[in-house]
Amino acid sequence: MLPTSKSTSQELAIPVKRQNKLVKFLNSKKVVPYIFVSPFILSFLLFSLYPSIKAIIMSFQQVLPGQTTFIGVSNYSRVFNPTFLKALSNTSIYVILTVIILVITPIVLAVLLDSKIVKFKTFFRASLFLPALASTIVSGMVFRLMFGETDTAAANQIMNWLGLGSVDWRYNAWSGMFLMVLLCSWRWMGVNILYFLAALQNVPKELYEAAEIDGASTIKKFYYVTLPFLKPVTIFVTTISVIHGFRMFEESFVFWEAGSPGNIGLTVVGYLYQQGIQQNDMGFGAAIGVVLMLIIFVVSFIQLILTGAFKKEDA
Amino acid sequence: MKKEKNSLLVWVANISFIIISFIALFPILNLLISSFRPSSELMRNGISLVFDPSTLSLNNYTYIITQGGNYWSWFINSLSISAITIILSLFFSSMVGYALALYDFKGRNLVFGFVLFILMVPFEILMLPLFQLMINMNLINTYTAVILPAVVAPVAVFFFRQYAIGLPKELMDAARIDGASEYGIFFKIMLPLMAPSMAAMAILQGLGSWNNFLWPLIVLRSNDMFTLPIGLATLLTPYGNNYDILIAGSVMTIVPIIILFIFFQRYFVAGLTVGGVKG
Repeated sequence: MLPTSKSTSQELAIPVKRQNKLVKFLNSKKVVPYIFVSPFILSFLLFSLYPSIKAIIMSFQQVLPGQTTFIGVSNYSRVFNPTFLKALSNTSIYVILTVIILVITPIVLAVLLDSKIVKFKTFFRASLFLPALASTIVSGMVFRLMFGETDTAAANQIMNWLGLGSVDWRYNAWSGMFLMVLLCSWRWMGVNILYFLAALQNVPKELYEAAEIDGASTIKKFYYVTLPFLKPVTIFVTTISVIHGFRMFEESFVFWEAGSPGNIGLTVVGYLYQQGIQQNDMGFGAAIGVVLMLIIFVVSFIQLILTGAFKKEDA
Repeated sequence: MKKEKNSLLVWVANISFIIISFIALFPILNLLISSFRPSSELMRNGISLVFDPSTLSLNNYTYIITQGGNYWSWFINSLSISAITIILSLFFSSMVGYALALYDFKGRNLVFGFVLFILMVPFEILMLPLFQLMINMNLINTYTAVILPAVVAPVAVFFFRQYAIGLPKELMDAARIDGASEYGIFFKIMLPLMAPSMAAMAILQGLGSWNNFLWPLIVLRSNDMFTLPIGLATLLTPYGNNYDILIAGSVMTIVPIIILFIFFQRYFVAGLTVGGVKG
Protein backbone atom coordinates (compact mmCIF):
# COMPACT_ATOMS: atom_id res chain seq x y z
CA MET A 1 0.00 0.00 0.00
CA LEU A 2 2.70 2.44 0.99
CA PRO A 3 5.33 2.71 -1.73
CA THR A 4 7.82 4.27 0.71
CA SER A 5 8.05 1.17 2.87
CA LYS A 6 9.48 -0.78 -0.03
CA SER A 7 12.26 1.68 -0.67
CA THR A 8 13.25 2.29 2.97
CA SER A 9 14.62 -1.10 3.88
CA GLN A 10 14.59 -4.59 2.52
CA GLU A 11 14.74 -6.24 5.95
CA LEU A 12 11.77 -4.27 7.24
CA ALA A 13 9.56 -5.39 4.43
CA ILE A 14 8.71 -8.76 5.93
CA PRO A 15 7.76 -7.53 9.42
CA VAL A 16 5.66 -4.74 7.92
CA LYS A 17 3.87 -7.26 5.78
CA ARG A 18 3.31 -9.50 8.76
CA GLN A 19 2.09 -6.55 10.79
CA ASN A 20 -0.31 -5.62 8.03
CA LYS A 21 -1.57 -9.15 8.04
CA LEU A 22 -2.18 -8.97 11.78
CA VAL A 23 -3.97 -5.64 11.45
CA LYS A 24 -6.06 -7.06 8.65
CA PHE A 25 -6.85 -10.14 10.72
CA LEU A 26 -7.87 -8.09 13.75
CA ASN A 27 -10.00 -5.87 11.55
CA SER A 28 -11.77 -8.60 9.62
CA LYS A 29 -15.52 -8.87 9.99
CA LYS A 30 -15.08 -12.41 11.26
CA VAL A 31 -12.76 -11.54 14.13
CA VAL A 32 -14.06 -8.15 15.25
CA PRO A 33 -17.28 -9.36 16.92
CA TYR A 34 -15.25 -11.80 19.03
CA ILE A 35 -12.98 -9.00 20.16
CA PHE A 36 -16.03 -6.92 21.04
CA VAL A 37 -17.63 -9.65 23.14
CA SER A 38 -14.42 -10.95 24.73
CA PRO A 39 -14.51 -8.72 27.86
CA PHE A 40 -18.04 -9.93 28.47
CA ILE A 41 -17.08 -13.58 28.00
CA LEU A 42 -14.21 -13.17 30.44
CA SER A 43 -16.37 -11.47 33.01
CA PHE A 44 -19.13 -14.05 32.48
CA LEU A 45 -16.78 -16.98 33.03
CA LEU A 46 -15.14 -15.43 36.08
CA PHE A 47 -18.03 -13.67 37.80
CA SER A 48 -21.10 -15.68 36.78
CA LEU A 49 -20.40 -19.18 35.53
CA TYR A 50 -17.57 -19.99 37.90
CA PRO A 51 -19.40 -18.77 41.04
CA SER A 52 -22.61 -20.56 39.95
CA ILE A 53 -20.79 -23.87 39.71
CA LYS A 54 -18.81 -23.09 42.84
CA ALA A 55 -21.99 -22.29 44.77
CA ILE A 56 -23.45 -25.66 43.90
CA ILE A 57 -20.20 -27.44 44.89
CA MET A 58 -19.90 -25.39 48.08
CA SER A 59 -23.41 -26.38 49.10
CA PHE A 60 -22.13 -29.95 49.49
CA GLN A 61 -19.10 -28.87 51.53
CA GLN A 62 -18.18 -27.69 54.92
CA VAL A 63 -16.11 -24.58 54.26
CA LEU A 64 -13.66 -23.63 56.97
CA PRO A 65 -10.73 -21.26 56.60
CA GLY A 66 -7.98 -23.23 54.88
CA GLN A 67 -9.90 -26.46 54.50
CA THR A 68 -13.00 -27.69 52.80
CA THR A 69 -14.50 -31.13 53.16
CA PHE A 70 -17.31 -32.78 51.25
CA ILE A 71 -20.13 -33.62 53.60
CA GLY A 72 -22.74 -34.83 51.13
CA VAL A 73 -26.24 -33.48 51.48
CA SER A 74 -26.05 -32.63 55.17
CA ASN A 75 -26.14 -28.87 54.48
CA TYR A 76 -29.41 -29.46 52.66
CA SER A 77 -30.86 -31.62 55.40
CA ARG A 78 -30.09 -28.78 57.82
CA VAL A 79 -31.74 -26.15 55.62
CA PHE A 80 -35.34 -26.96 56.41
CA ASN A 81 -35.17 -25.91 60.05
CA PRO A 82 -37.74 -23.72 61.87
CA THR A 83 -35.72 -20.52 61.33
CA PHE A 84 -35.48 -21.10 57.58
CA LEU A 85 -39.16 -21.96 57.38
CA LYS A 86 -39.94 -18.76 59.27
CA ALA A 87 -37.77 -16.80 56.81
CA LEU A 88 -39.43 -18.55 53.89
CA SER A 89 -42.95 -17.87 55.15
CA ASN A 90 -42.06 -14.20 55.81
CA THR A 91 -40.62 -13.90 52.33
CA SER A 92 -43.62 -15.65 50.72
CA ILE A 93 -46.13 -13.40 52.47
CA TYR A 94 -44.04 -10.41 51.44
CA VAL A 95 -43.95 -11.59 47.81
CA ILE A 96 -47.72 -12.18 47.67
CA LEU A 97 -48.56 -8.79 49.20
CA THR A 98 -46.08 -6.78 47.13
CA VAL A 99 -47.10 -8.50 43.90
CA ILE A 100 -50.79 -7.81 44.51
CA ILE A 101 -50.15 -4.17 45.42
CA LEU A 102 -47.46 -3.48 42.82
CA VAL A 103 -49.33 -4.97 39.87
CA ILE A 104 -52.97 -4.00 40.39
CA THR A 105 -52.56 -0.44 41.67
CA PRO A 106 -50.10 0.68 38.97
CA ILE A 107 -52.42 -0.60 36.22
CA VAL A 108 -55.30 1.49 37.56
CA LEU A 109 -53.12 4.54 38.12
CA ALA A 110 -51.44 4.25 34.72
CA VAL A 111 -54.79 3.97 32.91
CA LEU A 112 -56.00 7.09 34.73
CA LEU A 113 -52.74 8.93 33.99
CA ASP A 114 -53.07 7.99 30.33
CA SER A 115 -56.64 9.25 30.08
CA LYS A 116 -57.75 12.80 29.52
CA ILE A 117 -59.33 12.91 32.96
CA VAL A 118 -56.23 13.74 34.97
CA LYS A 119 -54.55 17.16 34.82
CA PHE A 120 -50.89 17.90 35.72
CA LYS A 121 -49.79 14.48 34.45
CA THR A 122 -46.10 15.31 34.32
CA PHE A 123 -46.09 16.46 37.91
CA PHE A 124 -47.92 13.35 39.15
CA ARG A 125 -45.68 11.05 37.14
CA ALA A 126 -42.51 12.70 38.43
CA SER A 127 -43.63 12.80 42.05
CA LEU A 128 -44.67 9.15 41.97
CA PHE A 129 -41.32 8.24 40.46
CA LEU A 130 -39.21 10.25 42.87
CA PRO A 131 -39.15 7.60 45.68
CA ALA A 132 -37.31 5.20 43.35
CA LEU A 133 -34.35 7.57 43.38
CA ALA A 134 -33.70 7.25 47.09
CA SER A 135 -31.90 4.11 48.21
CA THR A 136 -33.76 1.61 50.36
CA ILE A 137 -31.40 2.50 53.18
CA VAL A 138 -32.14 6.23 53.10
CA SER A 139 -35.88 5.83 52.57
CA GLY A 140 -35.99 3.02 55.12
CA MET A 141 -34.33 5.27 57.65
CA VAL A 142 -36.97 7.96 57.10
CA PHE A 143 -39.69 5.35 57.49
CA ARG A 144 -38.05 4.08 60.64
CA LEU A 145 -38.05 7.54 62.16
CA MET A 146 -41.62 8.24 61.06
CA PHE A 147 -42.77 4.89 62.39
CA GLY A 148 -40.91 5.25 65.67
CA GLU A 149 -42.25 3.71 68.87
CA THR A 150 -42.81 7.00 70.68
CA ASP A 151 -46.18 8.76 70.74
CA THR A 152 -44.52 11.73 69.06
CA ALA A 153 -43.34 9.94 65.89
CA ALA A 154 -45.36 10.88 62.82
CA ALA A 155 -47.23 7.59 62.32
CA ASN A 156 -48.22 7.34 65.97
CA GLN A 157 -49.36 10.96 66.00
CA ILE A 158 -51.76 10.09 63.19
CA MET A 159 -52.84 6.89 64.96
CA ASN A 160 -53.59 8.91 68.07
CA TRP A 161 -55.54 11.54 66.17
CA LEU A 162 -57.62 8.72 64.74
CA GLY A 163 -58.09 7.45 68.27
CA LEU A 164 -56.39 4.13 67.54
CA GLY A 165 -53.55 4.45 70.02
CA SER A 166 -49.77 4.15 69.49
CA VAL A 167 -48.22 1.08 67.93
CA ASP A 168 -44.78 -0.45 68.53
CA TRP A 169 -44.28 -0.65 64.79
CA ARG A 170 -41.06 -2.65 64.67
CA TYR A 171 -42.02 -5.12 67.40
CA ASN A 172 -45.25 -6.73 66.13
CA ALA A 173 -45.34 -9.36 63.44
CA TRP A 174 -48.15 -7.69 61.47
CA SER A 175 -46.75 -4.16 61.70
CA GLY A 176 -43.24 -5.36 60.87
CA MET A 177 -44.55 -6.93 57.67
CA PHE A 178 -46.61 -3.80 57.03
CA LEU A 179 -43.46 -1.64 57.24
CA MET A 180 -41.51 -3.82 54.78
CA VAL A 181 -44.38 -4.01 52.28
CA LEU A 182 -45.09 -0.30 52.60
CA LEU A 183 -41.46 0.65 52.00
CA CYS A 184 -41.25 -1.58 48.92
CA SER A 185 -44.59 -0.41 47.51
CA TRP A 186 -43.69 3.21 48.09
CA ARG A 187 -40.39 2.89 46.26
CA TRP A 188 -41.54 0.86 43.22
CA MET A 189 -45.03 2.18 42.52
CA GLY A 190 -43.79 4.92 40.18
CA VAL A 191 -41.47 2.63 38.25
CA ASN A 192 -44.24 0.11 37.60
CA ILE A 193 -46.60 2.90 36.55
CA LEU A 194 -44.01 3.93 33.96
CA TYR A 195 -43.88 0.39 32.56
CA PHE A 196 -47.66 0.29 32.20
CA LEU A 197 -47.80 3.81 30.78
CA ALA A 198 -45.31 2.76 28.10
CA ALA A 199 -47.43 -0.26 27.22
CA LEU A 200 -50.55 1.89 27.00
CA GLN A 201 -48.93 3.91 24.20
CA ASN A 202 -49.16 0.77 22.07
CA VAL A 203 -52.91 0.38 22.33
CA PRO A 204 -54.40 1.49 18.97
CA LYS A 205 -56.76 4.41 19.53
CA GLU A 206 -59.12 3.10 16.83
CA LEU A 207 -60.04 0.18 19.06
CA TYR A 208 -61.43 2.54 21.68
CA GLU A 209 -63.37 4.41 19.04
CA ALA A 210 -64.79 1.19 17.67
CA ALA A 211 -65.78 0.07 21.16
CA GLU A 212 -67.39 3.44 21.80
CA ILE A 213 -69.50 3.12 18.64
CA ASP A 214 -70.61 -0.29 19.87
CA GLY A 215 -71.75 1.45 23.04
CA ALA A 216 -69.22 -0.09 25.44
CA SER A 217 -69.02 1.40 28.92
CA THR A 218 -65.77 2.69 30.40
CA ILE A 219 -65.35 -0.46 32.46
CA LYS A 220 -66.07 -2.72 29.47
CA LYS A 221 -63.54 -0.80 27.37
CA PHE A 222 -60.95 -1.24 30.12
CA TYR A 223 -61.66 -4.95 30.42
CA TYR A 224 -61.93 -5.90 26.75
CA VAL A 225 -59.57 -3.41 25.07
CA THR A 226 -56.99 -2.14 27.54
CA LEU A 227 -56.27 -5.21 29.65
CA PRO A 228 -55.43 -7.60 26.77
CA PHE A 229 -52.87 -5.11 25.48
CA LEU A 230 -51.34 -4.79 28.92
CA LYS A 231 -50.89 -8.54 29.27
CA PRO A 232 -47.25 -8.85 28.13
CA VAL A 233 -46.05 -6.04 30.36
CA THR A 234 -48.16 -7.36 33.24
CA ILE A 235 -46.39 -10.70 32.94
CA PHE A 236 -43.05 -8.88 32.86
CA VAL A 237 -43.82 -6.75 35.93
CA THR A 238 -45.21 -9.72 37.86
CA THR A 239 -42.17 -11.87 37.08
CA ILE A 240 -39.77 -9.12 38.10
CA SER A 241 -41.76 -8.44 41.28
CA VAL A 242 -41.77 -12.10 42.27
CA ILE A 243 -38.03 -12.46 41.71
CA HIS A 244 -37.21 -9.20 43.49
CA GLY A 245 -39.54 -10.17 46.31
CA PHE A 246 -37.79 -13.49 46.93
CA ARG A 247 -34.43 -11.71 46.87
CA MET A 248 -35.51 -9.11 49.42
CA PHE A 249 -32.92 -8.15 52.02
CA GLU A 250 -32.52 -4.42 52.43
CA GLU A 251 -36.06 -3.60 53.54
CA SER A 252 -35.60 -5.97 56.42
CA PHE A 253 -32.02 -4.93 57.17
CA VAL A 254 -32.83 -1.24 57.44
CA PHE A 255 -35.55 -1.87 60.04
CA TRP A 256 -33.76 -4.45 62.18
CA GLU A 257 -30.06 -4.75 61.15
CA ALA A 258 -28.79 -7.70 63.14
CA GLY A 259 -32.03 -9.40 63.97
CA SER A 260 -35.73 -8.82 64.52
CA PRO A 261 -37.64 -9.91 67.62
CA GLY A 262 -38.87 -13.47 67.01
CA ASN A 263 -37.44 -13.22 63.47
CA ILE A 264 -40.54 -11.32 62.34
CA GLY A 265 -38.45 -9.59 59.68
CA LEU A 266 -36.10 -12.39 58.68
CA THR A 267 -36.00 -13.12 54.96
CA VAL A 268 -34.36 -15.96 53.02
CA VAL A 269 -31.52 -13.75 51.79
CA GLY A 270 -31.23 -12.29 55.29
CA TYR A 271 -30.79 -15.84 56.60
CA LEU A 272 -28.25 -16.56 53.86
CA TYR A 273 -26.30 -13.42 54.82
CA GLN A 274 -26.51 -14.25 58.51
CA GLN A 275 -25.28 -17.85 58.09
CA GLY A 276 -22.90 -17.44 55.17
CA ILE A 277 -21.21 -14.14 55.97
CA GLN A 278 -21.78 -13.36 59.64
CA GLN A 279 -21.49 -16.93 60.96
CA ASN A 280 -18.98 -17.79 58.25
CA ASP A 281 -20.79 -21.04 57.47
CA MET A 282 -20.40 -20.67 53.73
CA GLY A 283 -21.38 -24.21 52.75
CA PHE A 284 -24.66 -23.87 54.58
CA GLY A 285 -25.16 -20.38 53.14
CA ALA A 286 -24.56 -21.76 49.64
CA ALA A 287 -27.17 -24.47 50.24
CA ILE A 288 -29.69 -21.78 51.26
CA GLY A 289 -28.83 -19.94 48.04
CA VAL A 290 -29.35 -23.01 45.87
CA VAL A 291 -32.70 -23.72 47.54
CA LEU A 292 -33.68 -20.09 46.99
CA MET A 293 -32.77 -20.35 43.33
CA LEU A 294 -34.83 -23.51 42.90
CA ILE A 295 -37.79 -21.82 44.58
CA ILE A 296 -37.49 -18.81 42.27
CA PHE A 297 -37.25 -21.04 39.19
CA VAL A 298 -40.25 -23.15 40.17
CA VAL A 299 -42.44 -20.17 41.11
CA SER A 300 -41.50 -18.19 37.98
CA PHE A 301 -42.09 -21.25 35.83
CA ILE A 302 -45.51 -21.96 37.32
CA GLN A 303 -46.43 -18.31 37.01
CA LEU A 304 -45.33 -18.14 33.38
CA ILE A 305 -47.35 -21.24 32.53
CA LEU A 306 -50.45 -19.96 34.33
CA THR A 307 -50.27 -16.59 32.58
CA GLY A 308 -49.70 -18.31 29.24
CA ALA A 309 -46.42 -16.57 28.53
CA PHE A 310 -45.18 -19.60 26.66
CA LYS A 311 -47.95 -19.39 24.09
CA LYS A 312 -46.78 -17.90 20.83
CA GLU A 313 -49.61 -15.39 20.45
CA ASP A 314 -48.18 -13.04 23.05
CA ALA A 315 -44.92 -12.49 21.30
CA MET B 1 -76.51 13.74 32.72
CA LYS B 2 -73.55 12.03 31.14
CA LYS B 3 -71.47 15.16 31.58
CA GLU B 4 -72.26 15.33 35.27
CA LYS B 5 -71.13 11.79 35.81
CA ASN B 6 -67.88 12.50 33.98
CA SER B 7 -67.12 15.62 35.96
CA LEU B 8 -67.57 13.67 39.18
CA LEU B 9 -65.10 11.08 37.90
CA VAL B 10 -62.68 13.86 36.96
CA TRP B 11 -62.87 15.27 40.46
CA VAL B 12 -62.41 11.93 42.18
CA ALA B 13 -59.48 10.99 39.94
CA ASN B 14 -57.68 14.31 40.33
CA ILE B 15 -58.14 14.47 44.07
CA SER B 16 -56.94 10.85 44.41
CA PHE B 17 -53.82 11.74 42.48
CA ILE B 18 -53.15 14.77 44.64
CA ILE B 19 -53.41 12.53 47.71
CA ILE B 20 -51.24 9.78 46.19
CA SER B 21 -48.58 12.27 45.07
CA PHE B 22 -48.60 13.75 48.54
CA ILE B 23 -48.04 10.30 50.07
CA ALA B 24 -45.21 9.68 47.59
CA LEU B 25 -43.52 13.00 48.32
CA PHE B 26 -44.26 13.13 52.03
CA PRO B 27 -41.34 11.05 53.37
CA ILE B 28 -38.84 12.98 51.23
CA LEU B 29 -40.28 16.37 52.20
CA ASN B 30 -40.35 15.21 55.80
CA LEU B 31 -36.69 14.21 55.60
CA LEU B 32 -35.85 17.58 54.06
CA ILE B 33 -37.62 19.54 56.79
CA SER B 34 -36.27 17.32 59.54
CA SER B 35 -32.73 17.90 58.36
CA PHE B 36 -33.09 21.47 59.66
CA ARG B 37 -34.38 20.39 63.06
CA PRO B 38 -32.22 19.90 66.15
CA SER B 39 -30.91 16.36 66.34
CA SER B 40 -31.63 16.11 70.05
CA GLU B 41 -35.30 16.58 69.31
CA LEU B 42 -35.22 13.96 66.56
CA MET B 43 -33.58 11.49 68.89
CA ARG B 44 -36.24 12.01 71.52
CA ASN B 45 -39.28 12.15 69.26
CA GLY B 46 -38.44 10.54 65.93
CA ILE B 47 -39.76 12.44 62.95
CA SER B 48 -42.90 14.08 64.26
CA LEU B 49 -45.50 16.03 62.39
CA VAL B 50 -45.67 18.87 64.88
CA PHE B 51 -42.60 20.92 65.60
CA ASP B 52 -41.53 24.41 66.51
CA PRO B 53 -40.47 26.24 63.31
CA SER B 54 -38.25 28.58 65.32
CA THR B 55 -35.91 25.66 66.13
CA LEU B 56 -35.02 25.18 62.44
CA SER B 57 -31.36 25.80 61.68
CA LEU B 58 -28.48 24.77 59.44
CA ASN B 59 -26.69 23.19 62.40
CA ASN B 60 -26.89 19.60 61.11
CA TYR B 61 -25.28 20.62 57.84
CA THR B 62 -22.60 22.65 59.58
CA TYR B 63 -21.92 19.66 61.77
CA ILE B 64 -21.46 17.34 58.78
CA ILE B 65 -19.18 19.78 57.01
CA THR B 66 -16.98 20.42 60.04
CA GLN B 67 -17.16 17.17 62.04
CA GLY B 68 -18.77 14.68 59.67
CA GLY B 69 -16.39 11.89 60.65
CA ASN B 70 -16.05 9.64 57.65
CA TYR B 71 -19.04 11.12 55.84
CA TRP B 72 -16.89 12.74 53.17
CA SER B 73 -14.88 9.56 52.58
CA TRP B 74 -18.16 7.70 52.08
CA PHE B 75 -19.31 10.37 49.71
CA ILE B 76 -16.09 10.28 47.68
CA ASN B 77 -16.07 6.47 47.70
CA SER B 78 -19.64 6.36 46.39
CA LEU B 79 -18.93 9.00 43.79
CA SER B 80 -15.75 7.32 42.52
CA ILE B 81 -17.23 3.83 42.48
CA SER B 82 -20.36 5.00 40.66
CA ALA B 83 -18.37 7.02 38.13
CA ILE B 84 -15.95 4.19 37.32
CA THR B 85 -18.79 1.67 37.17
CA ILE B 86 -20.78 3.85 34.78
CA ILE B 87 -17.83 4.43 32.44
CA LEU B 88 -16.64 0.82 32.34
CA SER B 89 -20.05 -0.81 32.17
CA LEU B 90 -21.25 1.52 29.41
CA PHE B 91 -18.08 1.02 27.40
CA PHE B 92 -18.03 -2.78 27.57
CA SER B 93 -21.79 -3.35 27.55
CA SER B 94 -22.34 -1.18 24.49
CA MET B 95 -19.60 -3.07 22.61
CA VAL B 96 -21.21 -6.40 23.43
CA GLY B 97 -24.73 -5.21 22.67
CA TYR B 98 -23.59 -3.71 19.38
CA ALA B 99 -21.72 -6.84 18.32
CA LEU B 100 -24.71 -9.03 19.22
CA ALA B 101 -27.08 -6.85 17.25
CA LEU B 102 -25.14 -6.03 14.09
CA TYR B 103 -22.62 -8.80 13.41
CA ASP B 104 -23.31 -12.32 12.28
CA PHE B 105 -20.88 -14.62 13.99
CA LYS B 106 -20.72 -18.18 15.18
CA GLY B 107 -21.78 -18.48 18.80
CA ARG B 108 -23.83 -15.31 18.79
CA ASN B 109 -26.84 -17.05 20.25
CA LEU B 110 -24.66 -18.73 22.83
CA VAL B 111 -23.30 -15.37 23.99
CA PHE B 112 -26.81 -13.97 24.14
CA GLY B 113 -27.79 -17.03 26.14
CA PHE B 114 -25.05 -16.15 28.64
CA VAL B 115 -26.59 -12.68 28.99
CA LEU B 116 -30.00 -14.17 29.74
CA PHE B 117 -28.43 -16.67 32.15
CA ILE B 118 -26.94 -13.87 34.27
CA LEU B 119 -30.23 -12.01 34.21
CA MET B 120 -32.00 -15.03 35.63
CA VAL B 121 -29.62 -16.29 38.29
CA PRO B 122 -30.10 -14.28 41.48
CA PHE B 123 -26.93 -12.49 42.53
CA GLU B 124 -27.40 -13.68 46.10
CA ILE B 125 -26.40 -17.23 45.26
CA LEU B 126 -23.21 -16.09 43.52
CA MET B 127 -22.39 -13.86 46.45
CA LEU B 128 -20.56 -16.35 48.67
CA PRO B 129 -18.28 -17.83 45.96
CA LEU B 130 -17.59 -14.30 44.68
CA PHE B 131 -16.71 -13.25 48.20
CA GLN B 132 -14.29 -16.18 48.42
CA LEU B 133 -12.85 -15.26 45.03
CA MET B 134 -12.24 -11.70 46.22
CA ILE B 135 -10.50 -13.02 49.32
CA ASN B 136 -8.26 -15.21 47.15
CA MET B 137 -7.50 -12.33 44.82
CA ASN B 138 -6.64 -10.18 47.85
CA LEU B 139 -9.19 -7.60 46.85
CA ILE B 140 -11.25 -7.35 50.05
CA ASN B 141 -11.80 -3.75 51.12
CA THR B 142 -10.91 -2.28 47.71
CA TYR B 143 -12.84 -0.37 45.07
CA THR B 144 -11.85 -3.08 42.60
CA ALA B 145 -13.83 -5.71 44.50
CA VAL B 146 -16.97 -3.58 44.37
CA ILE B 147 -16.58 -2.60 40.71
CA LEU B 148 -15.25 -5.76 39.05
CA PRO B 149 -18.43 -7.87 39.01
CA ALA B 150 -20.36 -4.86 37.68
CA VAL B 151 -18.05 -4.13 34.75
CA VAL B 152 -20.23 -5.87 32.18
CA ALA B 153 -23.85 -5.29 33.12
CA PRO B 154 -26.17 -7.87 31.49
CA VAL B 155 -29.15 -5.53 31.73
CA ALA B 156 -27.18 -2.91 29.82
CA VAL B 157 -26.01 -5.46 27.24
CA PHE B 158 -29.60 -6.52 26.70
CA PHE B 159 -30.75 -2.93 26.44
CA PHE B 160 -28.00 -1.88 24.01
CA ARG B 161 -28.68 -4.91 21.87
CA GLN B 162 -32.37 -4.01 21.58
CA TYR B 163 -31.39 -0.46 20.69
CA ALA B 164 -28.64 -1.32 18.20
CA ILE B 165 -30.90 -3.70 16.26
CA GLY B 166 -32.74 -0.61 15.09
CA LEU B 167 -29.61 1.11 13.74
CA PRO B 168 -29.11 1.26 9.94
CA LYS B 169 -26.75 -1.50 8.82
CA GLU B 170 -26.17 0.28 5.50
CA LEU B 171 -24.12 2.91 7.31
CA MET B 172 -21.60 0.23 8.23
CA ASP B 173 -21.27 -0.95 4.61
CA ALA B 174 -20.93 2.62 3.38
CA ALA B 175 -18.19 3.32 5.90
CA ARG B 176 -16.39 0.10 4.92
CA ILE B 177 -16.35 1.18 1.27
CA ASP B 178 -14.86 4.48 2.41
CA GLY B 179 -12.08 2.51 4.04
CA ALA B 180 -13.05 2.82 7.69
CA SER B 181 -11.85 0.09 10.05
CA GLU B 182 -14.42 -1.92 12.01
CA TYR B 183 -13.35 -0.15 15.19
CA GLY B 184 -13.60 3.24 13.49
CA ILE B 185 -17.15 2.36 12.42
CA PHE B 186 -18.09 1.53 16.01
CA PHE B 187 -16.43 4.45 17.76
CA LYS B 188 -16.95 7.19 15.18
CA ILE B 189 -20.28 6.28 13.61
CA MET B 190 -22.37 3.84 15.60
CA LEU B 191 -21.50 4.88 19.14
CA PRO B 192 -22.67 8.48 18.59
CA LEU B 193 -25.92 7.06 17.19
CA MET B 194 -26.36 5.12 20.42
CA ALA B 195 -26.03 8.28 22.54
CA PRO B 196 -29.67 8.45 23.70
CA SER B 197 -29.57 4.88 24.96
CA MET B 198 -26.22 5.68 26.59
CA ALA B 199 -27.78 8.50 28.58
CA ALA B 200 -30.60 6.28 29.80
CA MET B 201 -28.24 3.50 30.82
CA ALA B 202 -25.81 5.93 32.45
CA ILE B 203 -28.54 7.02 34.82
CA LEU B 204 -29.87 3.53 35.50
CA GLN B 205 -26.40 2.10 36.09
CA GLY B 206 -25.40 5.13 38.15
CA LEU B 207 -28.51 4.87 40.27
CA GLY B 208 -27.95 1.16 40.81
CA SER B 209 -24.34 1.68 41.78
CA TRP B 210 -25.00 4.71 43.99
CA ASN B 211 -27.71 2.84 45.90
CA ASN B 212 -26.08 -0.61 45.87
CA PHE B 213 -25.94 -2.11 49.32
CA LEU B 214 -25.50 -5.84 49.78
CA TRP B 215 -22.33 -6.49 47.74
CA PRO B 216 -20.36 -3.45 49.01
CA LEU B 217 -21.49 -4.38 52.51
CA ILE B 218 -19.83 -7.75 52.07
CA VAL B 219 -16.52 -6.76 50.45
CA LEU B 220 -15.86 -3.45 52.19
CA ARG B 221 -14.47 -3.78 55.66
CA SER B 222 -13.10 -0.55 57.09
CA ASN B 223 -15.26 2.44 57.92
CA ASP B 224 -13.30 4.83 55.71
CA MET B 225 -13.84 2.56 52.68
CA PHE B 226 -17.64 2.33 53.07
CA THR B 227 -20.01 3.73 50.49
CA LEU B 228 -22.81 6.11 51.51
CA PRO B 229 -25.61 3.55 51.99
CA ILE B 230 -23.41 1.36 54.20
CA GLY B 231 -21.96 4.30 56.09
CA LEU B 232 -25.41 5.70 56.79
CA ALA B 233 -26.63 2.25 57.85
CA THR B 234 -23.85 2.07 60.46
CA LEU B 235 -25.27 5.23 62.00
CA LEU B 236 -28.61 3.50 62.49
CA THR B 237 -27.54 1.81 65.71
CA PRO B 238 -29.86 1.71 68.68
CA TYR B 239 -27.23 3.43 70.80
CA GLY B 240 -26.19 6.03 68.27
CA ASN B 241 -26.78 9.71 68.68
CA ASN B 242 -25.72 10.49 65.14
CA TYR B 243 -29.03 11.83 63.94
CA ASP B 244 -27.47 15.06 62.79
CA ILE B 245 -25.21 13.26 60.31
CA LEU B 246 -27.83 10.67 59.50
CA ILE B 247 -30.55 13.09 58.48
CA ALA B 248 -28.53 15.81 56.78
CA GLY B 249 -26.27 13.16 55.24
CA SER B 250 -29.26 11.37 53.76
CA VAL B 251 -30.52 14.57 52.17
CA MET B 252 -27.09 15.09 50.65
CA THR B 253 -27.24 11.51 49.33
CA ILE B 254 -30.51 11.99 47.49
CA VAL B 255 -29.94 15.50 46.18
CA PRO B 256 -27.26 14.63 43.57
CA ILE B 257 -29.55 11.91 42.22
CA ILE B 258 -32.53 14.23 42.05
CA ILE B 259 -30.46 16.83 40.19
CA LEU B 260 -29.26 14.16 37.76
CA PHE B 261 -32.85 13.00 37.33
CA ILE B 262 -34.15 16.49 36.58
CA PHE B 263 -31.46 17.03 33.95
CA PHE B 264 -31.92 13.70 32.19
CA GLN B 265 -35.57 12.99 32.97
CA ARG B 266 -36.52 12.56 29.33
CA TYR B 267 -33.90 9.89 28.67
CA PHE B 268 -34.50 8.27 31.99
CA VAL B 269 -38.17 7.69 31.27
CA ALA B 270 -37.40 6.62 27.70
CA GLY B 271 -34.75 4.23 29.02
CA LEU B 272 -37.13 2.49 31.36
CA THR B 273 -39.83 2.19 28.77
CA VAL B 274 -37.69 0.77 25.96
CA GLY B 275 -36.10 -1.76 28.31
CA GLY B 276 -39.39 -2.74 29.85
CA VAL B 277 -41.83 -3.24 27.05
CA LYS B 278 -39.89 -5.33 24.62
CA GLY B 279 -38.24 -7.36 27.37
